[in-house]
Amino acid sequence: MLALCLIVSLNCSLHQARTHVSYELKDDVAVVRLNDPTAKVNTLSLQMQSDLAEVMGEIWSNEAVKSAVFISSKPGCFIAGADINMIQSCQSSEEATRLSQEGQKMIDKIDKSPIPIIAAIHGSCLGGGLEFAIACQYRIATRSKNTVLGTPEVMLGLLPGAGGTQRLPQMVGLPDAFDMMLTGRRIRAEKAKKMGLVQQLVDPLGPGMKPAEERTIEYLEEVAVGVAKGIVDKKVPLTKEKSFKEKLQDRVMGLSLVRRKIYKTVSEKTQKQTRGLYPAPAKIIQSVQAGLEKGREAGYLAESENFGKLVMSQESKALIGLYHGQLACKKNRYGTPEKEVKTLGILGAGLMGTGIAQVSVDKGLITILKDTSEENISRGQDQIYRSLDTKVKRKSMTSFQRDIVMSNLSVQLDSTGFQNADMVVEAVFEDINLKHRVLKEVEEVTPPHCIFATNTSALSIKDIAAASKRPEKVIGMHYFSPVDKMQLLEIVITDETSKDTIAAASSVGIKQGKTVIVVKDCPGFYTNRCSIHVLVELLKMLQEGVGLDRLSDLGTSLGFPMGFPMVVDEVGHDVSLHSSQFMLSSYGSRYGGADTDVLEVLVERGFKGRKSGKGFYLYEKGKNYKKVNHEAVDILKKFPLTAPPSVSSDWDIQHRLMSRTVNEALLCLQEGVLRNPAEGDIGAVFALGFPPCIGGPFRFVDTFGADRLVSTMRRYEEVYGDPFTPCQLLLDYAKDPSKRFYN
Amino acid sequence: MTSMLLTTMRTCSVGPSLAMRFGARSLSTTAQLQAQAQTKSKKTLARPGVKNIVLVEGVRTPFLLSGTTYADLMPHDLARAALQGLLNKTSVPKDAVDYIIYGTVIQEVKTSNVAREAALGAGFSDKIPAHTVTMACISSNQAMTSAVGLIAAGQCDAVVAGGVEFMSDVPIRHSRKMRKTMLSLNKAKTLGQRLSLIGSIRMAHLAPELPAVAEFSTAETMGHSADRLAAAFGVSRLEQDDFALRSHSLAKKAQESGLLEDVMSFKVPGRDIVSKDNGIRPSSMEQMAKLKPAFIKPHGTVTAANSSFLTDGASAVLIMSEEKALAMGYKPKAYLRDFVYVSQDPKDQLLLGPTYATPKVLERAGLTLNDIDVFEFHEAFAGQIMANLKAMDSDWFGQTYLGRQSKVGTPPMEKFNLWGGSLSLGHPFGATGCRLVTTVAHRLKKEGGQYGLVAACAAGGQGHAMVIEAYPQ
Repeated sequence: MLALCLIVSLNCSLHQARTHVSYELKDDVAVVRLNDPTAKVNTLSLQMQSDLAEVMGEIWSNEAVKSAVFISSKPGCFIAGADINMIQSCQSSEEATRLSQEGQKMIDKIDKSPIPIIAAIHGSCLGGGLEFAIACQYRIATRSKNTVLGTPEVMLGLLPGAGGTQRLPQMVGLPDAFDMMLTGRRIRAEKAKKMGLVQQLVDPLGPGMKPAEERTIEYLEEVAVGVAKGIVDKKVPLTKEKSFKEKLQDRVMGLSLVRRKIYKTVSEKTQKQTRGLYPAPAKIIQSVQAGLEKGREAGYLAESENFGKLVMSQESKALIGLYHGQLACKKNRYGTPEKEVKTLGILGAGLMGTGIAQVSVDKGLITILKDTSEENISRGQDQIYRSLDTKVKRKSMTSFQRDIVMSNLSVQLDSTGFQNADMVVEAVFEDINLKHRVLKEVEEVTPPHCIFATNTSALSIKDIAAASKRPEKVIGMHYFSPVDKMQLLEIVITDETSKDTIAAASSVGIKQGKTVIVVKDCPGFYTNRCSIHVLVELLKMLQEGVGLDRLSDLGTSLGFPMGFPMVVDEVGHDVSLHSSQFMLSSYGSRYGGADTDVLEVLVERGFKGRKSGKGFYLYEKGKNYKKVNHEAVDILKKFPLTAPPSVSSDWDIQHRLMSRTVNEALLCLQEGVLRNPAEGDIGAVFALGFPPCIGGPFRFVDTFGADRLVSTMRRYEEVYGDPFTPCQLLLDYAKDPSKRFYN
Repeated sequence: MTSMLLTTMRTCSVGPSLAMRFGARSLSTTAQLQAQAQTKSKKTLARPGVKNIVLVEGVRTPFLLSGTTYADLMPHDLARAALQGLLNKTSVPKDAVDYIIYGTVIQEVKTSNVAREAALGAGFSDKIPAHTVTMACISSNQAMTSAVGLIAAGQCDAVVAGGVEFMSDVPIRHSRKMRKTMLSLNKAKTLGQRLSLIGSIRMAHLAPELPAVAEFSTAETMGHSADRLAAAFGVSRLEQDDFALRSHSLAKKAQESGLLEDVMSFKVPGRDIVSKDNGIRPSSMEQMAKLKPAFIKPHGTVTAANSSFLTDGASAVLIMSEEKALAMGYKPKAYLRDFVYVSQDPKDQLLLGPTYATPKVLERAGLTLNDIDVFEFHEAFAGQIMANLKAMDSDWFGQTYLGRQSKVGTPPMEKFNLWGGSLSLGHPFGATGCRLVTTVAHRLKKEGGQYGLVAACAAGGQGHAMVIEAYPQ
């Protein structure tokens, strides 16, 4: 390692500190290679930019060079985007605007290059990388699965700030450009070719006289050099003859009336979807519009100024915070387990068990799905097959890959194969006696190193482990439904759980594509401790006579993905009833406020939520439109509570919901249930649907202000008592304004 | 237990004949040493306890570009012609053969056991059982080695093996939806049911399904894979064109010098007598350079000129135990010795069979590359041959993929496919294997070599190699 550092530093001094970009001449083609030696991926960092500028200067001043090829030496990555740290270090919007303008200038030089420049793309070409590539005169991409193009800035609350909002519409047309920039969608090479984003595709190669990946990059370079020469010799045209359809589209887009209509439609649609909580989409539309209607100069200016504003926005900071948090939660912080889990047993082929199997088989885990009912295992197998078959139909998988993946799955009624299991996840009914029974049965047949993971969402892991011969091998793995869609996995550990068991569970979760947080065992764990507060407070509000529609609207306008009452319908009223009673008995009055009898009556009447077709709303198969279930409303009216007007404004309703939840999250950190604020924020956003624009409970405290939150809560505490008593950690932060969860 | 008992019994029963054969061989070896001065004094590959199996004769119809003179035939007609040719050439009695095996790839559905249909038509006794095997481009290799297996196991003494491919007509099917409707129509009882079924037919259902020369598992056509393989090994367009030109030039020379003695004349009913392969067309490098890539556009390197073409043709060989051949008064052409089958990744190593099979079969036979006098490799694409040669010449490949200390080594070109190959002679998928083996036997005799090696790749990422030893003259 030391030697490596030495070599790197030596190289630096030899090449006058040009470390990220190198080039060589192949006949009259300059092959420029990008490789950031300090990171796994290439980003348009300051060093990269200055190296590039220097190299381009040399190339442009060399008359022997007739064309240039840009290629990355990093496997699986062309340029992954701008350097986020560089953006985050901006202290003011003016500084960020200047940064954007620098980028615009650099990329504009590429655009106006006197010699043709070919971008040879293998791997991710995202954000600034794409802006760079589309300024080149020609683009060749590999048909590799790793080759993706896109402008994901919007997902970080930003916009493509190096000319992307100006160039992309010209390259792929206004509708596609808006789609790319407003959704941040990643585009595969094949599709990119169809859209006109790249001109030529190169197939990835297998191994030859060197490894496949290495040879593929080399081949891409050879083809690109050939094309570069072809362009200079005028054998390869730079512009493709446009099809009739494209010409027609151009003609239509040339009409300002049509463009105005598009701006309007797109603006309305994004406003509806973002509820005005995310500023980036509107700024993207503004910047595109400025360029198309008032010219390039105005466009560049709008883009850089908007970029400056967005960089300083709370929303962007929250989203970038989540991005970092998520990256951290996709790494195993507990090291490599002693024995890699290769065979996974799953007990219970219900929705959960099947979902867990589904995300395991395609990651190469040998998966045994066991249930006592033939009907269940048959349905489970079908569900997994269907999910894979959908991928085949979308061509992201071949039918053979599907069949090979399915061959990893064994569905059965007996315990055959469990003698080879490295881990067993149980997803049986939530009943401690049943859990104990299956735990004992499993330990009878599994080898001593086998980990027993329980997918309980309520029972204590410690209680479950009590029946185990090997309590250090018992761990909670709390998945969320539907497993294939919900990103979070909450791993729950007891004092007895060994570090190796945690490492193995984390590595399985990460392999399954999950964002993993690790919390200590306590009733409700972290995520349910937060979510039950929302549930109880909501129920209380309904009893106070706050209408369903108003509550729903107040939730979504905060940034929650769906209205609160609908969430309860999704979870199921029986489950809600059970968990709120459980939390009340575990933590006492802190979880009080509502009358759970309401839920009991609702459940008795068969209003169990979406699964029974009736909850607070009425659900009909195949219909999206939901009608209020008036019978449920009538039941609510039978359990009235009085609502003091002093705490019932819209703002108060939102903040009653928020503050209870946020306070509980802080309490979890205070008690050591949570390891750090970042995991708390990730857990709340990915399990509860806590608004990403706020960034999670901890960031909320930072932005809202701990002292302000305390005084708000005190106001509610006066009326409602315990549920709104600020925890010690919050009080500490309120006392000392310099204390923040994030710097 | 039972099998052990059987083995013992078999060994016992063949005991005496074994001794007899040992005697016979030592005799013949001496004879060979005296007769063949030019043959290097290499050891024979005969092994105690292993039956000597010989190639008595091998013939084939002329290989023609599909859609030419054979266009109106059916596959079994071609196979029948090869069988009749074999009968004529060997005068083997029509009931002296114990079994007939044919290889084919694209099956005519009416004659799915084409071996049986051809055998009956060729006038073989109807008491001789026949079956058809399929293993892509090594189907007739599989037919031959199945025959070897039957003889080695003592089940048979004389077996005819062969292969046929008929690309002038291939089964083109109705779409799956249409087929389903038509099958339901068969079962429909009332006019109403029939009408409603007919009414359910849409224009899209009428689109036919064509068989593709594509891997089912990867959906990649073979040409596309060959182009990627060539690129993976850095084989240039020039190298490929050069090799293709070599193949055509050598084939032309061999044809003109009358070396292709396995080719027999065939009177096509209602048309001319065909007696020559018609795909041999030596061109020039300039002409070939003009062609556009056929599969990967625009930068690919595999073209129509450096690929094998769609061919109609059939081949047949007569394989016997040595003792039977001698007892019937035949002078065998060669011993069929060790053989192997290999398989690997059908996506990225689809056509690398020879690279995997060659070292494996040499090791089995206890030979090195230097011991081989005659190489006959199946030429699917010039790029595929060049890629295999480069793979065999690469230490990295040998170490990483073959588990060897170093590279396999490459066959010297002066011993390699000297009478042309599949690129020029043509490649009727199911029939090529027998051509390769017969050619090795003929070349060994002509060139005075002792060992020959056949190697071939096949769809599915499979491969085959066989060692052939010259029969003492």
